[in-house]
Amino acid sequence: MQLSVPIQGPSSGPSRLTLALRYLRRNKSLLVGLGLLAFLLIFSIGGSLLIDTSTRAYPLAAPSVQPPSAEYPLGTDKDGRDLLAVMARGILLTGTVGIIAGSVGIVVGVVLGFLAGYYGGKVDSVIRWVTEVLITIPPLILQIIIASTIVDKNKVTIFTMAGVASILSWMGTARVVRSQVLTMRERTFVSMAKLSGMSNLEIIFKELMPNMLPYLAASFVGAVMGAIGATFGLEVLGLGPAREPTIGMTIRWAQFHSAIFNQWWWWVLWPSLALIAIFASLSLINRGLDEIANPRVRRSE
Amino acid sequence: MKIGYLVRRFLFLVFVVWTAATVLFFIPRLSRVNPIRERFAEIQRSTGYAPRDLENIIKAFETKFGLDKPLIEQYLDYMGSVLRGDLGVSLMRYPRTVVDLIGQALPWTVILLTVTTLLTFLIGTGIGALAGWPRSPSWVKGMVTPLMVLAAVPGYLLGLLLIYFIAFRAKLLPLSGAYTTGRFLGPELSIEFILDVARHAILPALSLILTSVGFWALGMRGMGVTVQGEDYVNFAEHKGLKQGRIFYWYYVRNAILPQVTALALAFGSIVSAGILVENLYGFPGIGSLLNAAILANDFFVIYGIGMITIVAVGVSMMIIDLTYPLLDPRIRYDRK
Repeated sequence: MQLSVPIQGPSSGPSRLTLALRYLRRNKSLLVGLGLLAFLLIFSIGGSLLIDTSTRAYPLAAPSVQPPSAEYPLGTDKDGRDLLAVMARGILLTGTVGIIAGSVGIVVGVVLGFLAGYYGGKVDSVIRWVTEVLITIPPLILQIIIASTIVDKNKVTIFTMAGVASILSWMGTARVVRSQVLTMRERTFVSMAKLSGMSNLEIIFKELMPNMLPYLAASFVGAVMGAIGATFGLEVLGLGPAREPTIGMTIRWAQFHSAIFNQWWWWVLWPSLALIAIFASLSLINRGLDEIANPRVRRSE
Repeated sequence: MKIGYLVRRFLFLVFVVWTAATVLFFIPRLSRVNPIRERFAEIQRSTGYAPRDLENIIKAFETKFGLDKPLIEQYLDYMGSVLRGDLGVSLMRYPRTVVDLIGQALPWTVILLTVTTLLTFLIGTGIGALAGWPRSPSWVKGMVTPLMVLAAVPGYLLGLLLIYFIAFRAKLLPLSGAYTTGRFLGPELSIEFILDVARHAILPALSLILTSVGFWALGMRGMGVTVQGEDYVNFAEHKGLKQGRIFYWYYVRNAILPQVTALALAFGSIVSAGILVENLYGFPGIGSLLNAAILANDFFVIYGIGMITIVAVGVSMMIIDLTYPLLDPRIRYDRK
């Protein structure tokens, strides 16, 4: 999508960018959520460019347990990681896990949702049944079983985490897409497309998908949140990537070394704030997208 | 409701549990990790004891647990024992069975989570209903947003905060555990003991309630807003019914159904919902047992907890389906 539009005469109305900004002013959740996300990205990408996070975010890079100072603005942890570097790298790593799992979830969910909704019949029954069963089982417990059994604890990387989180990241999308396809399948624009000789795939990509974008965006954000939440749970329980300074692992190590009882508040505070900011921004964006998808929500504001 | 539906619904539950048990049977066999070898490695790490003929010991254990039999025979044996309610023995506390350990931890979890789930439902639904009601004062309507912000905080993190400020700095409440171990030797039935447990449970309960009340409020408000546009609410208004009556019997009564479904689902996931918070507070429930099992590579306990969780979800799903027609007369199952 193009946001900027070439120079226009005064009579041609506001540009798409202005329209988008105007819309954002009304949709406060989306605005604040995107703002927070932008801040997190600037902080972590900027931080990774300005300081050498590939060494300073790992043990023995700094003196152990220093409170915030001019040299270490966010302090250091017991193993000698510079927490500023840890935060910059951790947000990126945690975000990567979420985005990989969210992308896998959205692709698998869209494919299954379309298969179920568009073709119906037996395909629909099987897909719907598997989805309904998996969606009710608490994801953390299955992920714990998978992570503790199949994965070798000493070789966990962020990609392992993303893989484990991906397994259960598609059900929400599949369900939303299926129900949307069902409501749209019978509408006239789809029959028109069929009559004009479009193939099934063309109808799916050219007619149905564009109408579903807000739903898809919302379920993507939902899947990313689910994945970050699940990985956080696994990391806190000691099933995370022990060598990587993700947000969850940082909290895990702080807890492991009883940071709060030793009054090393900075070791707990920064990763907590980062995680809360990540969740808050994603859930606000999700609500904002929901408002685009279901205008009825607006009435309650 | 016809008997046929009941039977079909029950068969579905059996099917779900069977699927779960089968998956739990195959997951460990997909992995190259040998639980017995892992357990010995763990013993060696923690005590420094390394047996000389480890391979023979592992073989002996495999024969004892029937792990050297053909796969199909193992599967049938396993299903048989699951049917008898036998989930195997714990590797970390060897002679004790998985069922025994879970049975000891489960009541703590069930009590804590039942109370928090009910409170969350009542508070959240109440706030949501009021927030969606047009005549509520504006501060009530504005409550949902801060609650949603709080819902973005994982319970574990709020728990850390509460431990630090309330238990550690202000020393108002105990730091961890479920009862004062110095005062009581074990669980007993007395007023003092119950009060002591309640004092220990306040912080874990708060961490769970505050971080999920927002979802309930948002859900109820959403439903409430939909109901307001309905003809029967307008009609009741024009008939001149009292506001209180309209609020409870026309508005809340019709908006609450999805919340009740969600409540039943929440009860289904009761076993696992508090895992992280329980862990944080050293509350002796399923979460702490699971954590201990993960640390000790006690796979049988992990699978046992998985099994219990899935059965709980399956049963509560069945209860929802069966009670739906009672809650909403528009839904019937006997017509096909």
